[in-house]
Amino acid sequence: MNTETIIQAQNLAAGYAGKSVWKQADFSIAKGDFVGVLGPNGAGKTTLFRLLLGLIQPISGELSIFGDRPKRGNPRIGYVPQRHSVDSETMIEALEIVRLGLNGNRWGFDSPKEAKSGRDEAFAAIEAVGASALAHRPLGLLSGGEAQRIFLAQALVGNPDILLLDEPLANLDIRRESEMVELIQSIVKSRGVTVLLIAHNINPLLPVLNRVMYVANGRVATGNPGDVLNSQALSALYDSPVEVLRDSRGRIAIVGAEEGAHHHETHE
Amino acid sequence: MNNPYFSFNIVSDLMTMWQYDFMRHAFEAGTIVAIVAGIIGYFIVLRRSSFAAHALSHVGFTGAAGAVLFGINPLFGLFAFTMSGAAAIAILGRRAASRDVQIGVVLAFMLGLGVLFISLYSGYATEAYSLLFGEILGISVTDVWTTLIAGVIVLLVFAALYRPLLFTSLDEEVAEAKGVPVFSIGLAFMLLIAAATSIAVQVVGVLLIFSLMVTPAAVANRLARRPIHGIAISVSLALLATWLGLFISFYLPYPVSFFITSITFGVYILLRLIQK
Repeated sequence: MNTETIIQAQNLAAGYAGKSVWKQADFSIAKGDFVGVLGPNGAGKTTLFRLLLGLIQPISGELSIFGDRPKRGNPRIGYVPQRHSVDSETMIEALEIVRLGLNGNRWGFDSPKEAKSGRDEAFAAIEAVGASALAHRPLGLLSGGEAQRIFLAQALVGNPDILLLDEPLANLDIRRESEMVELIQSIVKSRGVTVLLIAHNINPLLPVLNRVMYVANGRVATGNPGDVLNSQALSALYDSPVEVLRDSRGRIAIVGAEEGAHHHETHE
Repeated sequence: MNNPYFSFNIVSDLMTMWQYDFMRHAFEAGTIVAIVAGIIGYFIVLRRSSFAAHALSHVGFTGAAGAVLFGINPLFGLFAFTMSGAAAIAILGRRAASRDVQIGVVLAFMLGLGVLFISLYSGYATEAYSLLFGEILGISVTDVWTTLIAGVIVLLVFAALYRPLLFTSLDEEVAEAKGVPVFSIGLAFMLLIAAATSIAVQVVGVLLIFSLMVTPAAVANRLARRPIHGIAISVSLALLATWLGLFISFYLPYPVSFFITSITFGVYILLRLIQK
């Protein structure tokens, strides 16, 4: 595994309007890591993404990404938010949405040449997520899993080094869920992309994760899956007894964790 | 007008009607308005801001009525009120989708004020009538030039904003993360709607502005796979309705606005039936 550190946080506190959602976070993420960001609702998982995207500033502490402070519109980050505001009535094709990921933040119109090369690049990104059949279908008519692939293509289109995926597995059935995980895994491997993925259910991700950030109780615990996802570590994080149970196939159930979340349900 | 007759020779028909200054001016202003309304309207529909556009035209009515009351050119009142209304709407509600209530609140108050102005104004009611329903056959050369200059400015600003505006309209969350100044773009677009509304009021009036700004765009939104095609369809339909409306009204003694609204509405209904 490559050891080049690309995200580093020291004594980082994050929150809104001066009130911290979590604090005293120290972590570092290396190039090529597949990071599962876990934790109860409202614990501040999306807040972490907003920090990395430069949409909010840290309350205190240091955060660097590629050795710099996070800044908005960083082309090295691809982002798939949990909710998209795409109108279900619009007939605009998927390809056009993907193309916006490439140069939608620039002023003015595309020149005909730019438009052509933009559409080619967007199509290549859609092919890379195995969705070329969807390229010319209206986005509003796609199923949840199909739309999720298109959004992934949109995040990939500028060849970013980091992917931030907020709940990409939400609303997918079990088969689509594992297809999506495989797809993301193959992108991580073939492009050397670093992925931070917020998920509710850790189990579909267990075969592919090599790091876990567990956000709960105003804290962030980061480490290898085995080091974070055990009864001792999570009990320490929550400051109350939590048990991590494993079934015969290695699947995990975390018991006793959800009550601890309520103090911090401010955002997400 | 000395009883014109429709002759099936469209060219000679047009030549006949263009001998009249008021018809020529109507075609000129109508063309500019249709282009501006078609383009801005397509984005109004994409952003689901049609209620905001509707409200702005009513706010504009109050401004124009107020201007008439104080003996100022109603266009100034119209412009001043739609622009401040646009800014207020953009600042009150940050997210485009959540603006309905704020807009409704402002709209109701503004209409109340408009009613007061009208009742205070002791002059002719035709002034108010033409604001509400448009007066395209009463357009002067100066009006045409004003419309042209305002229209060109609106389109230039629109062209500069095109890509980030499209991005925020279709996918605001990602646009924000990509560094698009979402709030400023939203504000700028509301001001564009205000300007476009002020221009379009002369043709179809405050109450019927939807027929040029929203109906053609709604048709385009149901057909176009690419935004650029959507703009083309929206503009074409707005132009067709305006030209055809003017053409028909030359021969029939009914208001142009009625024909324009009927044509766009007819196309919309037809499309809904076909797409069922």
